[in-house]
Amino acid sequence: MDAIDLKRDFAASGLDAELAQLDRELVGLAPVKQRIREIAALLLVDRARQKLGLSTEPPTLHMSFTGNPGTGKTTVAMRMAGILHKLGYVRRGHLVSVTRDDLVGQYIGHTAPKTKDVLKKAMGGVLFIDEAYYLYRPENERDYGQEAIEILLQVMENQRDDLVVILAGYADRMDTFFSSNPGFRSRIAHHIDFPDYADGELVEIADTILARMGYRLSGPAQIALGDYVARRRTQPHFANARSIRNALDRARLRQAVRLFDRHEGTVSADQLSTIEAEDIRASRVFAAADTATPA
Amino acid sequence: MRITQGTFSFLPDLTDDQIIAQVQYCLDHGWAVNIEYTDDPHPRNTYWEMWGIPMFDVPDAAGVMLALADCRKAHGGTNYIRMSAFDNTYGWESLRLSFITDRPASEPGFALDRQERGGRQIGYTTRAYSAMKPEGERYS
Repeated sequence: MDAIDLKRDFAASGLDAELAQLDRELVGLAPVKQRIREIAALLLVDRARQKLGLSTEPPTLHMSFTGNPGTGKTTVAMRMAGILHKLGYVRRGHLVSVTRDDLVGQYIGHTAPKTKDVLKKAMGGVLFIDEAYYLYRPENERDYGQEAIEILLQVMENQRDDLVVILAGYADRMDTFFSSNPGFRSRIAHHIDFPDYADGELVEIADTILARMGYRLSGPAQIALGDYVARRRTQPHFANARSIRNALDRARLRQAVRLFDRHEGTVSADQLSTIEAEDIRASRVFAAADTATPA
Repeated sequence: MRITQGTFSFLPDLTDDQIIAQVQYCLDHGWAVNIEYTDDPHPRNTYWEMWGIPMFDVPDAAGVMLALADCRKAHGGTNYIRMSAFDNTYGWESLRLSFITDRPASEPGFALDRQERGGRQIGYTTRAYSAMKPEGERYS
């Protein structure tokens, strides 16, 4: 065999469906999708090289996801496990999601078994460490986080083909984390930055979330939601898609109360599944903006 | 004398790849793999020391091999190490597979003691030569 049909390889891997699903279900995130495509292409080419007997170094696939709250880091990590599994890079394709509490112990000698336990569970899959910067606490030099970091680094280096580690967190704090742990930065090949969503994208996300729950927005509600997103963004603690999901949950509450209070007799399926503009406009976000303008 | 206990014990020692394949077979059936070690090779010594707790929730053999590597670092060459797979499904609730992965470099074997009893009866006892030394010094 001296030639390999990359296109056919691509089709056979089932990756096409996975990437298309990613495109369909995740709104926006163009740079992220681009990077995933690049990684997929690299792995396919690597596999082709291997078949032809060309030298291949197993690529390092440890990644760091940085971005503001609610930009889809966890969701993409979950997909990444599936994609890497389809490419045959990880054997099981499961995702083990942990935070500092799962890795770092409370007394001397507690950390190593705890970290190793997590690593054992994650072998053959993807280990997702959310808010990874909490692992390193510079203010306390006796903090056990350092021990967990050392074990992680060792496994990341020695068992690259058994495990993919994804670190996630807010961009600025991850930067400090990496600059104080240069070992991590050099072992992570892919730094992917998750951009904030645009207003239109957030409305689109709202539609997807609602469709999944069996609701829909009425025409005026759609416009109200666009207003809501623009106003919510200027307020503190804005968490992109997560804020939108919470807003929709509250809108559902208001819709339920509205139906309950105003409808004597029967309600139709259509009424039960439509969210009206008033359900959204009753939000605290609009009240805050209105009081702010005169003042 | 080579100890033969558990599955595959009449075959040459398993290589790491073979161990991985066996462990993966266990995990794919949902059995929890457990690592044990001892330096007392007597066949009636059923309960070996446990290396950590049984590995429930580990989907891939690489995780188990990580624990085996740790156990080998601490006890390899001076102890027998075996793996056992526990099936917790209703009705089984017992070991389904057990095999030795590591054994000491030299196995001195067993002495046979005879006790003469009344009426020309003879009782037999086996004792491992290695177990005549105190625990921890038996194979070093």
